Amino acid sequence: MISVEHVTKSYGPYFAVDDVSFESAGGEITGFLGPNGAGKSTTMRIMVGLTPATSGQVTLNGRVYHDLPNPGRHVGILLDASAQHAGRTGREILTIGAMTMGLPAGRVDEMLATVGLTDSESQRRLRDYSLGMKQRLGIAHALLGDPEILILDEPANGLDPAGIRWMRGLLRGYADRGGTVLLSSHLLHEVELIADRMILIGNGRIVARGDRAELLQLGGGAATIARADDPAAFAAALDGAQIAFRAEGQLVHVFAPPVDVGRLAAHHRIALVELRAQQDGLEDLFLTLTASDAREQLEGTTS
Amino acid sequence: MNTLDRFDTIADALTPDTMRLSRSDDPIPMSRLVNVELRKSFDTRAGKWLAGAIAGGTALVMAIMVIVGLVNDEPFDLTDFLQVANFLPMGLLLPVLGVLSVTGEWGQRTNVVTFTLEPRRSRVVAAKLATGVIMALGAALTALVIGFMALGAFDLFGGAASWAFSGEALVAFAPLQLINVLTGFAFGMLILNTPAAIVAYFAYSFLLPTIFLAGSSLWGWAESIRPWIDFNFVQEPLMDGSLDLNWSQFAVTVAIWFALPVALGVRRLLRAEIK
Repeated sequence: MISVEHVTKSYGPYFAVDDVSFESAGGEITGFLGPNGAGKSTTMRIMVGLTPATSGQVTLNGRVYHDLPNPGRHVGILLDASAQHAGRTGREILTIGAMTMGLPAGRVDEMLATVGLTDSESQRRLRDYSLGMKQRLGIAHALLGDPEILILDEPANGLDPAGIRWMRGLLRGYADRGGTVLLSSHLLHEVELIADRMILIGNGRIVARGDRAELLQLGGGAATIARADDPAAFAAALDGAQIAFRAEGQLVHVFAPPVDVGRLAAHHRIALVELRAQQDGLEDLFLTLTASDAREQLEGTTS
Repeated sequence: MNTLDRFDTIADALTPDTMRLSRSDDPIPMSRLVNVELRKSFDTRAGKWLAGAIAGGTALVMAIMVIVGLVNDEPFDLTDFLQVANFLPMGLLLPVLGVLSVTGEWGQRTNVVTFTLEPRRSRVVAAKLATGVIMALGAALTALVIGFMALGAFDLFGGAASWAFSGEALVAFAPLQLINVLTGFAFGMLILNTPAAIVAYFAYSFLLPTIFLAGSSLWGWAESIRPWIDFNFVQEPLMDGSLDLNWSQFAVTVAIWFALPVALGVRRLLRAEIK
């Protein structure tokens, strides 16, 4: 269980993380989702004591990271798969980790097998690794100490679809055995594939949280794709009805069920050329929420 | 086997419990941290080359001395060999070893892993310091062994070798190498950047004595404060194989060139964000 309590990190007047609180429970995979620079990495770095928080605290199974006697045995971390010595072999990198944690020698081979790095791959130097191989090695490093909690920053970055599928299986199995997983991404579809619950962050603030269905509810339930022959009038009508929408060329993504959109158009005598339920409104919700938060922040700082 | 099959095989193999590790919750003992740091010093090409260059360079320099001694028919004893080795390569490369033991982590960003596996950062610094001491003593011992071999070869080829040496000269060689490594370590801790720390170290070790030399001839007071500031000057008896140091001056210069930069570096490290 990861418990983040009112964590704030400011650099002068700039708030990288602004009063962030959430919990990530055992047996669940929590996705930490937000655009680049939203504060995901800073929050994760605060969790593991690399960055001091301005205020607030994070506990991991009830303890602050700094108080864990042998933290690698409790919390597996992958913050940056490239932050390893380029001249060391993958095997050597894991060996150093295993040595520090005081693990039996066989553990390194076991973890190499777990992440699917072959013996010859493990003897190559890190500078000769592809990004995907580095991520696998990073995940092996995080799993070394058989921790109860995993904190992974952009772990799917650089993995191909097969790799993402593999990781989903790996993390699912880990969570099913009671482990807590927190993973971040700036790509919704990655997180959607892997995570049970999502936390959306934009400009240092949490803007939404919940599972898939709950998040879709937030967007007014179903979403609709519509196209009107008079886009300007349609936009004015949506504005007038205070329905959130986002125009993308001729297509308009509306955060309302198709029936409401149809009625609204009929009421304003606007001819619709296209009207259909959007299969997946989460992407739009994600973009809208993180973008609208950007506006709020701007207003907040000028007032 | 195609990629997808490979992943499925892995997923199958993985699902049940992997190796059961004992759930101990003991802190990481200092001896283990030192072991890890020692391993990290030599498990890269750079580390191996540096160690090789120190040992190989020492052998090379002493071999040249043997030849020079034979050609010029000069008498040499062990201290002569050690003195030259201390100047080159030890005096040049051991400080670099000390610098790298700290700054290497920042350059390669392994500090993120190091300080998450042991978040009590001062313990990591202590382990690195202990590693520096071990490496300095190892280097001193290596030079001593090579020195004896060189003296033997010199004698064998008919050189005017003197086997007389004092225990004091042997002992004095160790603190000299400790100072070489640990001042490098201190500059590394203070600056946390490999090239900048190496440049700063060599500015300190070559420019400072020159400045004092020039200053002494211009102002009398420069001469009188020199023994309290110029670390190299204070070490001169050690270089001559003598332990007859001015200990209060030695303590003051150690404070300036080792204790102070390390203290400042640790203070910053304890507060800093590890990027």
